[in-house]
Parts: sequence; structure tokens; C-alpha cells
Amino acid sequence: MTNERMTNPDNPPGRSPTSWLRFAAPQQFYPLAGRLAPWFACTAAVLTVVGLYIGFFVAPTDFQQGEVYRVIFIHVPAAWMSMFIYLVMAFWAAVGLVMNTRLSFIMSQALAPTGAMFCFVALWTGALWGKPTWGTYWVWDARLTSQLLLLFLYFGFIALTRAIEDPRRADRAGAIIALVGAVNVPIIYFSVQWWNTLHQGASVSLTKAPSMASTMLAGMLLMSIAAWMYSIAVALWRVRALILERERHTEWVGEVLEAEGRAR
Amino acid sequence: MQWESWSAFWQMGGAGVYVWACYGLTLALIVAELVLVIRRRKDTVTRLLRWRRAVGKDVGGQGARVESVE
Repeated sequence: MTNERMTNPDNPPGRSPTSWLRFAAPQQFYPLAGRLAPWFACTAAVLTVVGLYIGFFVAPTDFQQGEVYRVIFIHVPAAWMSMFIYLVMAFWAAVGLVMNTRLSFIMSQALAPTGAMFCFVALWTGALWGKPTWGTYWVWDARLTSQLLLLFLYFGFIALTRAIEDPRRADRAGAIIALVGAVNVPIIYFSVQWWNTLHQGASVSLTKAPSMASTMLAGMLLMSIAAWMYSIAVALWRVRALILERERHTEWVGEVLEAEGRAR
Repeated sequence: MQWESWSAFWQMGGAGVYVWACYGLTLALIVAELVLVIRRRKDTVTRLLRWRRAVGKDVGGQGARVESVE
């Protein structure tokens, strides 16, 4: 499939709009990512401080669970982020497959480790929250099981894209996992409605008023936005390394490298 | 303010172990990821600079495209 495209005489590299995009986009994106990432990181840090202050010092004790519920300020943002990042990865994978833009695949690979991290955090905090409230770290209910599957999908994606030497084949193999695995995300999200789960239903949804104190909600939402900002910052930093690696044969990367070499 | 004292804060109504294990691990993972992601780019630059010298693109030279690498 890739070879056909590369050797197609009607579509020689360097002339078609596709390869123009492939060449130009990473070159322009690399410095942009470097300039934007610190701003996202700083925003994340500020929001985290404010969110944690509200979460620990303003939000009241939960009338049912006591203080342990304060895990929610990382548990819910991490769980949302783990699902959302996977969907964004699937989106970039689809864009990459349809448009044949290399930067799209690189974006989805830059997001994967952060998504896996948040997925693990959601499972870990869930287990530690479950023990004092449910009496068990783990049950094989639909929500927990599908979230664990998401972690394995992340691991599968990362392992596959790193194991395949040829970047174009790695991109495509990863894109297929990302797209097929995306089916799991709505399953996680709606599992608490579709099945009888030990995991509680959604406290916050788009269709009805949230069933929690407004200060709790404020802390949780601030932490969620912080998680977004953090993810964007880290993905932008990671994408820079991936771009250098992938584009190392190009002149512009040569110039970037030499400039860094002189600065050291 | 929700807490009578700092020790009440750290105890989290008896759930301190669970709450702080959650926050502790999350903090550790975030710090680790930041360190790794920043080091990764630096390592990539170092490695690619070495690779450029190995294929004959000297520091300061503009470097013509080399197709026969790999």
C-alpha cells in the first residue's frame, strides 16, 4: 500500500500536495510546538494549584464517604483524559490514513504514553478509592474491566509502533489499533448505564445537573482542565523529539541540530 | 477551611493512606514523564548530531542530503 503510493508515477514525492504537506508541516510545527509547550505547562501548574486548593481546603467533607472522596480530584480527570486522549489518537490516526500526512501519525504516537499514564492513574486511584468504600481494590465489573482493556490498548499501540522498524508500516499498524480500540471508549463511558456495575454512575453529565456540591465540581473541573493543559504540553514536547527523529534526513533538521550543537 | 489542624489534614479522616498514595503516585508519574520527555529530545539531538558526523556532515556545514544512510 505504501510502496504503491511511493512509486506511483502520477504522484512523485516532492510534487504532489500530499508530500508538500508532509515536508512543510513538521518543519513549521517543530518551532511552534517548542514555543507553545511551556505556556500549556504553566497553565497546567497554576490550575493544579488552584484546583487542589479548592479540592482540599474549600470543598466540604462528603456526607456519605467522608474524606476519601478527595481522590476524585485526580481520579475523574485522569479517567476522562485517558479516554479523550485515545479518541484524539484515533482521530489523528484516521487523518493520517486518509490524508497520508506523517505529522498526524507522529501526533498520535506523541499522545500515547501520556494517555497510558492517565489510564494507569485512573485504575490506581480507583483501586485505592475502592478499598475503603467498597471493601475491595478490584472487581471485574464492566467499567473497571473496560478501563483495564484501555490500558492494554495503549500498551499494544506503544509496543507495536516501537517494534516495527519501518516508520511508515509502524504508523499504519498503530493507526489500526488506535481506530479499532476506539470502540472501547464509548463502552467505558456508558458501561455504568448499560450494565449493573459496582462503579457508581456519572456524577457529571451533559444532560442533567451535576449531583455534587458546587465546590467539589469546581475543583474537579479545574483539575480536568489542568490535565488537558498538561497533556498538550507533554505531547508537544514529545512530538518535537519524534519530528527530529523522523525528519533527520532533511536540511532543516540538520540546521536545528547544528544550532543546538553549537549552543552546547 | 475544612480542617481543624494539619495532622487532621494529613489523616484525611482515617483515609490518609489511600488518599496520599493516590496523590503521591500521580505526582511521581508526572515528574517522571516530564523528566523523560525533556531528556528524550536532548538525547535525540545528541544521537543525531553523532550520526551526522558519522555520515560526514560536519558541525557548521550545511550538509547535503545523504540518501544512502541506513
